[in-house]
Amino acid sequence: MTDRRLAAIHAADVQVSVELETPEMTLNLGPQHPSTHGVLRLVAKVDGEIIQSVEPVIGYMHRGYEKLAEVRTYPQITALVNRIDWVSGFANEIPFMVAVERLMGIEPPPRAQYIRLILTEMARISSHLVFLSSYPLELGAATPLMHALRERERVLDLIEGVTGGRFHPNFNRIGGVKPAAGGGSTQKKVSQDLPAGFLADTRKAMDACDSICDDMVDLVLGNEIFVERTRGVGIIPSARALDFGVSGPNLRGSGVHFDLRKTDDYLPYSSFEFDIPTGTNGDCFDRYFVRMEEIRQAARIVRQAIDGLPGGDLQAKVPRIIKVPKGEIYVRAENPKGEMGYYVVSEGGRGPYRLKIRSASFSNVSVLPWLLEGQLVPDIIAILGSLDFVLGDVDR
Amino acid sequence: MSALLDNFWILLVLKVVLIAAVVPGVALVFIFAELKISAHMQSRIGPYFAGGRWGWAQPLADGLKFMQKEDLVPADADTPVFKFAPMVVLMSTIAVFVIVPFSPRLIVRDLDLGVFYALAVGSFGTIGVLMAGWSSANKYSLMGGLRAGAQLIAYELPLVLAVVGVVIQAGTMSLNGIVAAQAAPVFEIGDFAVRLPYLLQGQVIGFAIFFIAMLAELNRTPFDMPIAESELVMGYLTEYSGLRFTMFFLAEYAGMFSMSAIAATLFLGGWYLPGLSLDVLEFAGPLILMGKVSLLVFLIIWFRWTFPRLREDQLQRLAWKWLIPLALLNIVGTAVAKVVL
Repeated sequence: MTDRRLAAIHAADVQVSVELETPEMTLNLGPQHPSTHGVLRLVAKVDGEIIQSVEPVIGYMHRGYEKLAEVRTYPQITALVNRIDWVSGFANEIPFMVAVERLMGIEPPPRAQYIRLILTEMARISSHLVFLSSYPLELGAATPLMHALRERERVLDLIEGVTGGRFHPNFNRIGGVKPAAGGGSTQKKVSQDLPAGFLADTRKAMDACDSICDDMVDLVLGNEIFVERTRGVGIIPSARALDFGVSGPNLRGSGVHFDLRKTDDYLPYSSFEFDIPTGTNGDCFDRYFVRMEEIRQAARIVRQAIDGLPGGDLQAKVPRIIKVPKGEIYVRAENPKGEMGYYVVSEGGRGPYRLKIRSASFSNVSVLPWLLEGQLVPDIIAILGSLDFVLGDVDR
Repeated sequence: MSALLDNFWILLVLKVVLIAAVVPGVALVFIFAELKISAHMQSRIGPYFAGGRWGWAQPLADGLKFMQKEDLVPADADTPVFKFAPMVVLMSTIAVFVIVPFSPRLIVRDLDLGVFYALAVGSFGTIGVLMAGWSSANKYSLMGGLRAGAQLIAYELPLVLAVVGVVIQAGTMSLNGIVAAQAAPVFEIGDFAVRLPYLLQGQVIGFAIFFIAMLAELNRTPFDMPIAESELVMGYLTEYSGLRFTMFFLAEYAGMFSMSAIAATLFLGGWYLPGLSLDVLEFAGPLILMGKVSLLVFLIIWFRWTFPRLREDQLQRLAWKWLIPLALLNIVGTAVAKVVL
C-alpha cells in the first residue's frame, strides 16, 4: 500500500500534469429506500452526482399470480387480480371480467356496466390522488400529501360503502357486479345495490376532487421550485415512449393522443363526453399535469354516469358453475397506471389454462435505464416518482 | 436589581445559565412549534398526548426516548471522528451565543468583531457535518456531507456580503454597537425622533439575501439537500442514533435560534424597541429579541412546509449567479448612500 502510494507521489512529481482519477461509485438504491415505492432496487454507477448507468432490479415483489391463476377457478381469480396494482384495485378486475364474459358470450346488464364504470373512474381518481400527493413529497414538499390524501379518503370511503373494501373490492362477478349488498342469500330478489345516499355523496366527492386539483395548481404546479425541478427533467420523446411500450398517463404526457377508453369498448365509455389531456414535452411536469387533468376528466365522467345511471338487473344470467368454453382472448383496459391487459387461454375448464398479465408499470419501468443515464442523483427520484409505478404491478 | 446586574460574577453566572439552559430549552420550544405548526398546515392535530394539554411534553419525551436508545457505531466507521462530529456541530451553534446581545448588558462578550466571530463560528458546524458524512462509511452519508460542504462554500459568501451592508451603515462590527446604531434616531420630525431598524433603512435586499443564505446554512428546506430524506435516506444523519442523533437534532433548532437571533439583531433592531427606555429594555430586551426571533423561526418553519427542495446545481446557480452579485450591488449601494447622505 505504502509502496503504491510512494509510486503515485513519485509519478506526480515527474509528471505534473497527471490527471487525478475519480473512480465511479456504485450506489445501491433499494430495495429498502424511502422513494422507490416499495421494493424496487436500482444499482446506479455514479460519478459524483451524475449517473453513468442504472440497472433496475425487479422481482422482489413477485407473487406468481399468473401461475396461481392456473390452479384457481375464474371467480376466485377476481381476488387475485385486484391485488396486482393495489392503488387502484377495482380497475384491475375489469379487463379480466370482460375477458371471461366475452369468452362465455355473456353481456352484463347496463346498470352493472355503469356501476363498474363509476367505480373504475373512482379508482382512477384515488390512484392519481396518491400520485398527486406523493410526488411533491419526493421533491421535498410534505404538505400536499396530506391535503390530497384527505380527498382520496372520501373516494375510498365511497368505494368501501359500495364494495366493502377500500383497496381490494373484489366486487365484480362474472356477468355483472355483486348483487344485493347486505341482502344475503335469503333476500336474493332485493335490488339494494348501491348504498343509500351514494349518488349524492359521490357528486359531492367529485366536486371536492375538482377543488383539490385547483388547490394543487396553487400549491404545487404554481410553485417556482417545483417547476424548476420538473420542467425539462426526464424527457421521454413520444417515439421513444412508443418504442418502450410506455402507456397510460406517461405516454400521454409525451404528447401521444391515445386512450383505450376511446378506442376499446370494454366499458360503455363511448356514451360519455370527456377529453384526453396530453402533455407537450414529455417531462416530469407534463406527467404531473396530465394526471391532474385526468382526475378532472374522471370526475366529469362519474357525474355523467350518475346522471344517466340506468335501472335494472345487476347480474346477467350465468350458469351456477362457471365453465368457460375453449378459446383464447386478449382484453385490455385503460387503467390508472396505463394499459392493463389479460390474455386468457381456456381449455374449457373451471379455471384458465394460462393467464398472461400485461401490466402497465412493468413496461413503464423498462424505460428507466435509458432515461436515467446522465441524469443527476436528485433527478433519479424525480423521474422515478413521475412514472408512477406500483411494484405489485411491475412484478405481479 | 440593576446593581445586582453590575456585579461581574452574578452576571457571568446568569450568562452561563442562560446559554447552558435556555438555548436547548428554546430549541425544544422550537421543535414543539414545528410539530404543531406543520400539523396545522397539513390539517392535522399534531402531538396531543404527552404532558397533558396540547402535548407540550412531546419534544421532551422524544429526547428521553433518544437517550435510551443504543449508541450505534457502524463497524466500518472512523470511530473517533464519528463520535466527535455531533459535538462539533452542537458546539458551533452554541458558541454563536457568546456575542448575541439579549439586552444592553446581557451579552456574554461584546466582541469588537462580533459579526465576524458569529459568521466564522456558525459555519464551523459544517465541518462537523462533513466529518459525520465522511466517517459514517455510508455512501448516502458521504454524499450528504459533501453536499453540505459545497453548500457552505456557496452560501458563506452571500451571507457575509449581506452583512457587510449593515456593517457599513452602522460603522461597527460589534453586535451591541449595531443595535445601538439602530436605536439612534434616523431623522426627526419636530421633537419626535424616528428610529428604524436596518431592514427599514434600506437593507431589504441585504435581509432577503441573509435570510436565504441562512436557510442554506441551516440546511432547511428549500435547501435541505444534505439530508434529503427522499434521495439520500437521511444524508449525513443516516448512521446516527440515540444521543448523538439528538445532538444533531438539537443543533438544527439551536442553529435556527442563533441564526435568527443574529438576523434579528442585524436587521430588526435586536433587543431594541422604539419608545422604551433603556431601564425597561434591560429586562424587556430578551423578550423583545425572542419575539423577533420567533417571527423569523416561524418564517423558516413556514418555508419548510411549503416548498419542495431545490437541486444541488440549482442551489449553486442561485448563489453564484444571483445572490452574490446582488449582495455586491447592495454593498456598493449602501456605501454610496453612506457617503452621499
